[in-house]
Amino acid sequence: MEQSLLSIVTFLPLVAAVIMALFLRGDDAAARLGAKRLALFATAATFVVSLFILFQFDPANPGFQMVEESEWMMGLTYKVGVDGISVLFVMLTTFLMPLVIGACWQVEHRVKEYMIALLVLETLMIGVFVALDLVLFYLFFEAGLIPMFLIIGIWGGKDRIYAAFKFFLYTFLGSVLMLVAMVTMYVDAGTTDIPTLLSHQFSTAPISLFGWAIVGGLQTLLWIAFFASFAVKMPMWPVHTWLPDAHVQAPTAGSVVLAAILLKMGGYGFLRFSLPMFPVASDLMGEFVMWLSVIAIIYTSLVALVQEDMKKLIAYSSVAHMGYVTMGIFAANQQGVDGAIFQMLSHGFISGALFLCVGVIYDRMHTREIDAYGGLVNRMPAYALVFMLFTMANVGLPGTSGFVGELLTLIGVFQVNTWIAVFAATGVILSAAYALWLYRRVVFGDLIKESLKSITDMTPRERWIFAPLIVMTLLLGVYPSLALDVIGPSVENLVHNYDLALEHNVPETAVAASR
Amino acid sequence: METILLFAPLVGALICGFSWRLIGEAAACWVATGLLFLSMALSWVVFLGFDGETTTRDLFTWISSGTLDTSWQVRIDRLTAIMLIVITTVSALVHLYSFGYMAHDENFREGESYRPRFFAYLSFFTFAMLALVTADNLLQLFFGWEGVGVASYLLIGFYFRKPSAGAAAIKAFVVNRVGDFGFLLAIFAIYKLTDSISFDVIFAEGPALAEQSISFLGADLNAANTIGMLLFIGAMGKSAQLFLHTWLPDAMEGPTPVSALIHAATMVTAGVFLVCRMSPILEYAPYATNFIIVIGAATAFFAATVGLVQNDIKRVIAYSTCSQLGYMFVAAGVGAYPVAMFHLFTHAFFKAMLFLGAGSVIHAMHHEQDMRNYGGLRKKIPYTFAAMLIGTLAITGVGIPLTGWIGFAGFASKDAVIESAFAFGGPLGSYAFWLLVVAALFTSFYSWRLIYLTFYGRPRGDKHSHEHAHESPRTMLIPLAALAVGSVFAGAVWYNQFFGHTDTVGRFFGVPYAVEAHADEQGEEATDHGAAHYVLTGAPGEGAIHMAPENTILNDAHEVPKWVKVAPFVAMLFGFFTATLFYILRPGLPARMAELFGPLYQFLLNKWYFDEIYNVIFVLPARWIGRALWKRGDGDVIDGGINGLALGIVPFFTRLAGRAQSGYLFHYAFAMVLGIAVLITIVTLSFGG
Repeated sequence: MEQSLLSIVTFLPLVAAVIMALFLRGDDAAARLGAKRLALFATAATFVVSLFILFQFDPANPGFQMVEESEWMMGLTYKVGVDGISVLFVMLTTFLMPLVIGACWQVEHRVKEYMIALLVLETLMIGVFVALDLVLFYLFFEAGLIPMFLIIGIWGGKDRIYAAFKFFLYTFLGSVLMLVAMVTMYVDAGTTDIPTLLSHQFSTAPISLFGWAIVGGLQTLLWIAFFASFAVKMPMWPVHTWLPDAHVQAPTAGSVVLAAILLKMGGYGFLRFSLPMFPVASDLMGEFVMWLSVIAIIYTSLVALVQEDMKKLIAYSSVAHMGYVTMGIFAANQQGVDGAIFQMLSHGFISGALFLCVGVIYDRMHTREIDAYGGLVNRMPAYALVFMLFTMANVGLPGTSGFVGELLTLIGVFQVNTWIAVFAATGVILSAAYALWLYRRVVFGDLIKESLKSITDMTPRERWIFAPLIVMTLLLGVYPSLALDVIGPSVENLVHNYDLALEHNVPETAVAASR
Repeated sequence: METILLFAPLVGALICGFSWRLIGEAAACWVATGLLFLSMALSWVVFLGFDGETTTRDLFTWISSGTLDTSWQVRIDRLTAIMLIVITTVSALVHLYSFGYMAHDENFREGESYRPRFFAYLSFFTFAMLALVTADNLLQLFFGWEGVGVASYLLIGFYFRKPSAGAAAIKAFVVNRVGDFGFLLAIFAIYKLTDSISFDVIFAEGPALAEQSISFLGADLNAANTIGMLLFIGAMGKSAQLFLHTWLPDAMEGPTPVSALIHAATMVTAGVFLVCRMSPILEYAPYATNFIIVIGAATAFFAATVGLVQNDIKRVIAYSTCSQLGYMFVAAGVGAYPVAMFHLFTHAFFKAMLFLGAGSVIHAMHHEQDMRNYGGLRKKIPYTFAAMLIGTLAITGVGIPLTGWIGFAGFASKDAVIESAFAFGGPLGSYAFWLLVVAALFTSFYSWRLIYLTFYGRPRGDKHSHEHAHESPRTMLIPLAALAVGSVFAGAVWYNQFFGHTDTVGRFFGVPYAVEAHADEQGEEATDHGAAHYVLTGAPGEGAIHMAPENTILNDAHEVPKWVKVAPFVAMLFGFFTATLFYILRPGLPARMAELFGPLYQFLLNKWYFDEIYNVIFVLPARWIGRALWKRGDGDVIDGGINGLALGIVPFFTRLAGRAQSGYLFHYAFAMVLGIAVLITIVTLSFGG
């Protein structure tokens, strides 16, 4: 059991999904409730088991732990393991999934399929974070699109088909390049084993391509291919436009999973592949990525300011917050990367909670139009409090987890480039503007609208869903060492190797640059 | 003990905010108030028993990443001790006062429980403010800084049904964030240069920073000056200095006790505290401190001019606060940090009292705030009148000229500021001196105008309100009395500690001092004064403040010419007589003047049109750009471009799927699975083995 802990956690939801598909029959109320209960039980059990991963994990060890390796089919290898960078993403996923299941308790349309989709999705998401083999990673990474595609396409809103295809094509087309890159890597290094690839040096000798001299050579090309995929997933400006559409059309549970976990795969990818495997190329392109991130922060914050749809506003705010992540990663120093990982975890809780907040009132009023609300505090004081807390966390108030990530990434970037840090820091002002403006229009004011006169405050079920998120947001805000201690050593290792690789490659890039 | 006094208000806030349903409204409010009085008692113990030795207690780690290592800490030194008593005393009194003031509120409906929420916010604010002043590193200070910002936001927006309150709350938070932006950059710069954000480390680096340069925004700038400027931008936001002041008058939308506590006595002085706290760096940042003087004096003058013509009683006092904060910054800018703290200290008492007095008037007049509808109230509410009178005597600086300290609280501290400004010398010193003297004249005018319009003359406005005007309950009068004592005596009692001989000041702030090096040359002069000249010799970080050895402003300020010392007093008298002339002797005069100087009057009445200008150059463009980026950028360019180019197939698929039922999605999904499987197979077959 101890040897296969990661596999158990990864596939437990899938097993539950299979059981549900095979044995659960009928579509009456009892069957629907049964499906929900089974899914809740499975995800909760997964979380409990995943706690053992955390207990067994040794934060002082920067390498991969709990590694499992075995032969698979067609000469491929099944290999999983976690390090300080990935372990908390696994925890984030297992922690959030029971809450996600709880949040769709009132869905009555094709419940069994819905639960199956969510359970399969959980397996695939965990798989991405634990996979230590290129093929396995690619499989999880791409297959994860399918359940999400279905969740948006079947349980989504009015324009769900358009949104689903937009989501799928954006993310899939980005990934095709990644596949080509992976094949190239395999040819170059002779293995698909990620730990081996991490110590493999990809050539930086300049290549001429269609008459263009590519500085950084193969590394740069590979880097660009991976970047295409991860940038779409993040999503970075300007390939972010699928996200607002997908969020608006997705059901609440879909939005939560999308914002809280799926978006993190891009950032994780940068940390697992781009930075350690292609350090020279990352260094070359780092500034470019940071500028894109800054544009994202300012651009999407301004756009968020004028949104009329709550979900769209939060979606744009997500893009801005992901801008801090990419910026921090490519600052490539301890604070930057620590902050980026922390920001991703924190954003998982906060954005998830914000989409749940929208879900609470959407369930009651069936509209996301901001103008349809106003004065909710009159009848929903508990909701107003919860929404306030997460609004402030989203704004990055110290004492909430949102602050730590923003601060660390900004400090990291400031060491590298003050221009970028200054522009990025304007996000501090803009986020306050759009988030409080949203809050004011929805919650403050007198309750005048006839339709809202009978709206009810949160039910106990809803309160129980928010409680763990509130605890985590505050706990990580006041005592972030809980996460930073786990992340730290692995990041230190990563940054150290990165700097070392750059030192080794100085002459070669210098020559390349001078040509 | 320090830990208890810090956390008592937080515990109070939590109990009051979350368990009032269990223990009852009144009990919840009393718990919060009781814990605050406890906190106040402990603060006074700390303040009076403080021996000048800085102590720090580590609670637990906060953010630790690489060399960035911060903890939650409680630092007690003289600056902290001063702030502790200011915060907890005013806060405890405001809590007590709120029992009366918030007893009935027309902004809430029958049966609505708004009081526990109010008390919880007040206590939470107090906790955040205490966390700010007890911080031993910049990040915790920033935590408190933002915490008070949130509390301020919540309390300004307390009357959530009023749209104006909601707007004012957002404005306060966002404008403060503009300042925070500078503050954050200052933290980043300090960390980059000193590899730490702990006070002890960065203070010791102060002189070194003056020699270093930092590459900031493509330019190589002097490190100390850059950091100083950025820090001051932060202070400008919180302390409502010119250009970032627009939120403070609007903040009067909050209940009046809030205005007294947050927007007069404590939170808005956080900027002054920050500048004094960072004195070991600012002492070596001459450009930054010059900038502080320029802005401080300009604010003192600007706000006083606007205060002259406002009609809302709270707005007059709000502009007055803004103006007085300018005084404090001038004192800090010229290097007289103890004087800045002195004015902060006395100001807290008399300004809190003026606000609470105004609250008492508003309470008596059924929430009427327009002074044009007051008049002749001194008989109806005699205690309130007495309190307001004492507050006015204190703020205008009534005292015996040339004694320095015999007078109301504001007399001692305000004159100290003005003398320090003059002693700074040079064009900048004269600039600050004259602006402050004129501002003192205006202060006197608008303060007496407020008294005359409110308490003298014939009753104006709604007759009913005047007939039912009543004195406030005891819970409101006791805090007024307590603050009155402070307003009368705070200046005289602590004059020597803040602005006496340098050795006394040094002892008070825990800074080592010595007889001035070239005392020999000035020996005779020194003996003339009956005491040797001392200078503060502490290394940066030693003691609560740092003054470079060549900074002799404390001595110089005492040796300014006599006419300088008398100038503010004359200005005060002039303001008093003008106000008396305008509002008692010749009541028709104000209207005629307003007509005569129409454009000027409108200019002042509209607060120099700052709000309108900001709306045009910031708010509207932000929205316009946002809309353009959304519709044009995201819509036409990105979606149009990328979709058109690479994803022209989306509409095709959509049409295809649109005709089909959503069940067909499974087919597509299946196709995807197949696709991935095929891709992987190809990969393994062609390259595998």
